[in-house]
Amino acid sequence: MAALVDTLRERAVRFSLLSFLLWIVRIGAVALAVWGTLVTLSSGVFTAAQWKDFLIFGLAQGSVYALIALGYSMVYGVLRFINFAHGEVFMSGSMIGFFVADSMAQSGFWDSSPIAALGIVLLASMTTSTLLAVILERIAYRPLRDSPRLVPLITSLGMSFALQNIFRGLFGAGIKTYPVSPLLDGFITLGGINLIHKSQALVIGTALIFMLGLYLFVERTKTGKAMRAVAEDKEIASLMGIDVDRIIVITFAVGGLLAGVAGVLYAQVFRQVNFFTGFIPGIKAFTAAVLGGVGNIVGAMLGGLVLGLVESFGPSIVLAGLGIPSPHQLKDAVAFVVLVLVLIFRPSGILGERLSREKA
Amino acid sequence: MNRKFFLFGGLIVAALALGACGAPAFECDDAIGCVDIEPGAPVKIAVLQVIAGELTSLGLDQVRGVEIAVDEIGGEIQGHPIELVVEDEGCSAEGGTTAAQKVVADPQVIGIVGTSCSGAGVPASQIMSEAGLVMISGSNTSPRLTSSPLGVTKGEAWQAGYFRTAHNDEVQGAGAANFVFNELGLTKAASIHDGDPYTEGLVTVFNREFEAFGGEIVATTAINKGDTDMRPVLTSISAAGTELIFFPLFQPEGDFIVFQSAEIAGLEDVVLMGADGLLADTYVESVGEEGIGTYYSGPETPTGSIYDDFLAAHQEKYGEAPIQSFHAHSHDAGAILFAAIDKVAVLDDDGTLHIGRQALRDAMYATSNFQGITGSLTCDEFGDCAGQLIQVFLLDDPAAGISGLRNNAVFSCAAPCK
Repeated sequence: MAALVDTLRERAVRFSLLSFLLWIVRIGAVALAVWGTLVTLSSGVFTAAQWKDFLIFGLAQGSVYALIALGYSMVYGVLRFINFAHGEVFMSGSMIGFFVADSMAQSGFWDSSPIAALGIVLLASMTTSTLLAVILERIAYRPLRDSPRLVPLITSLGMSFALQNIFRGLFGAGIKTYPVSPLLDGFITLGGINLIHKSQALVIGTALIFMLGLYLFVERTKTGKAMRAVAEDKEIASLMGIDVDRIIVITFAVGGLLAGVAGVLYAQVFRQVNFFTGFIPGIKAFTAAVLGGVGNIVGAMLGGLVLGLVESFGPSIVLAGLGIPSPHQLKDAVAFVVLVLVLIFRPSGILGERLSREKA
Repeated sequence: MNRKFFLFGGLIVAALALGACGAPAFECDDAIGCVDIEPGAPVKIAVLQVIAGELTSLGLDQVRGVEIAVDEIGGEIQGHPIELVVEDEGCSAEGGTTAAQKVVADPQVIGIVGTSCSGAGVPASQIMSEAGLVMISGSNTSPRLTSSPLGVTKGEAWQAGYFRTAHNDEVQGAGAANFVFNELGLTKAASIHDGDPYTEGLVTVFNREFEAFGGEIVATTAINKGDTDMRPVLTSISAAGTELIFFPLFQPEGDFIVFQSAEIAGLEDVVLMGADGLLADTYVESVGEEGIGTYYSGPETPTGSIYDDFLAAHQEKYGEAPIQSFHAHSHDAGAILFAAIDKVAVLDDDGTLHIGRQALRDAMYATSNFQGITGSLTCDEFGDCAGQLIQVFLLDDPAAGISGLRNNAVFSCAAPCK
């Protein structure tokens, strides 16, 4: 009996003012979200088709975020720093892809054999981004391998600005508009109902294929196993006969490759690219990586999709339901509030807990 | 003795009088100070425009307008060469603040031609006004900067010494609403802004005037600069059941609205209408075929022989036709400023030029029937100098570029356009 009282007292002491406040924040946030959603649902503004559209927009945007987030997360996994120049790696693929697509559009090849043309653009973009990521690693990060972790982080910010301005210098500040592929113009219909826009179907499908491929690569191949070993502990991995430098280059290359894919997919959905294109998706993908649990591959995919869905549903459904005027202006705020809330609930991200315990 | 004294005294008086004749000391009695320009030194005019990034054509077009205005008066004022100091204002409040602070740090700068964007103009006009400068913009259109309603009440961001040759969006908003309600015969509209004083102000006036005509605003919302995914916004607007979307945005957000609205169920027959922020060569090229059938409100395209001369000078100097729609206004802004400086400047015998800052402001407020490219301009007490003529353009041939669009007006009106 006395023991029980002691335990209760201890509990009560541990249940401090701060955790009490945190609980209020948690309950309040969930209640607000549920309330807003219920109001929108009961007002019946949106038809079922429009709900489905919100879902698809969120998934399409989310898959692009997820592909970029993977690059952040993998590099963090092996080197423990955030490569802020990754957004520019993504932009470089999209930019070079534009010049390839544009020249094919002018020669007529783009319209006459669209599948091959898209394949070529994808290849060009993937090659550019992969090369750029590897070059970045070689010239900017490898010389700093033994410095404190803050040093490569700051360097990556510098590389980000440098790359933006190099691309601006090389290709100008203007907006470049991708030609529309005849393959992706229009909707996939089922019984006369517009199911999904073809470009969005391509984006979601391709992203899923590449994410599945990455998952299999990391989990099933010898190189993948080596990557996981390096992420776990660089020194022990090298003692086990793993070439750590090689694995780090491969990690950057794979991250760059996925960013290149994201670059082409982004261009199919948004049709435009300029030197600054990488910045905001880069920040969002970084958010997605943290949301999912940085360093965790499945977490990055999940984080990307969740962020895309939050941006799509948040303003239109939750905020509009709460009666907030001009809700779409708060799209970014919603995304970052969700990040903060997730970090309050799970400080290491959605899937980060298992990993962080292993690392500890 | 007495005679000597008088002679001596007389000599002193004569010497003083002679001295005054030889170098008449200029005494600055201006309430907010004077600018003294040494012999051979330039008359410094700052040009604050957006000259980098996505909106470069908006700013570059106006820098060229001012440069041509300088050429027209022989590049000098009373023997002093005009020096244009061009600064980037980034089309943002931060950019406008930085650029204006840089400008006022140089006491030799007399005035500012700019800014491009109202968002940058709000902080820039405050900084320049406190420093005693004058500022005249060729493309700020936000009612907050001058008066709202037009010529009646001072705008929230009004500053002494601020002028503009661009129209007030009180007129553009009313003109756009007038066109939609009376010409297109539509009664349900939705509007989108991006938080910039220009876009927000225009949307506010459009909504108010459209409802005053008897129309219904079924949805009004905002996006952020830098947003790319407009599909959720457009879906919300589609759900509200609109007949027209008024989107007075800039690039690239405006492009995304045009591209993505084609993918949204329920927006197939909805009319899209933008405003002067999108009347740029890069925009017309970007939206291409997909922009056919969209409308844009904006300042009246100038006509007449003065404008033809301007176009010829422009073609000769830059090798291309104007790339946006505010070059003429910016030219007139520069011309009004140069004329006012010329009027109030006092030239010393040694070649020093003195310009009273308050006198310059007064001269600009007194501008009346100034013959510019955009018409006969008279400045009111709030700084609005424009002729306030609004047109609506229909994009039907993207291959003809920005000139093609600006010569395809389907509607015109003069203030108040109601």
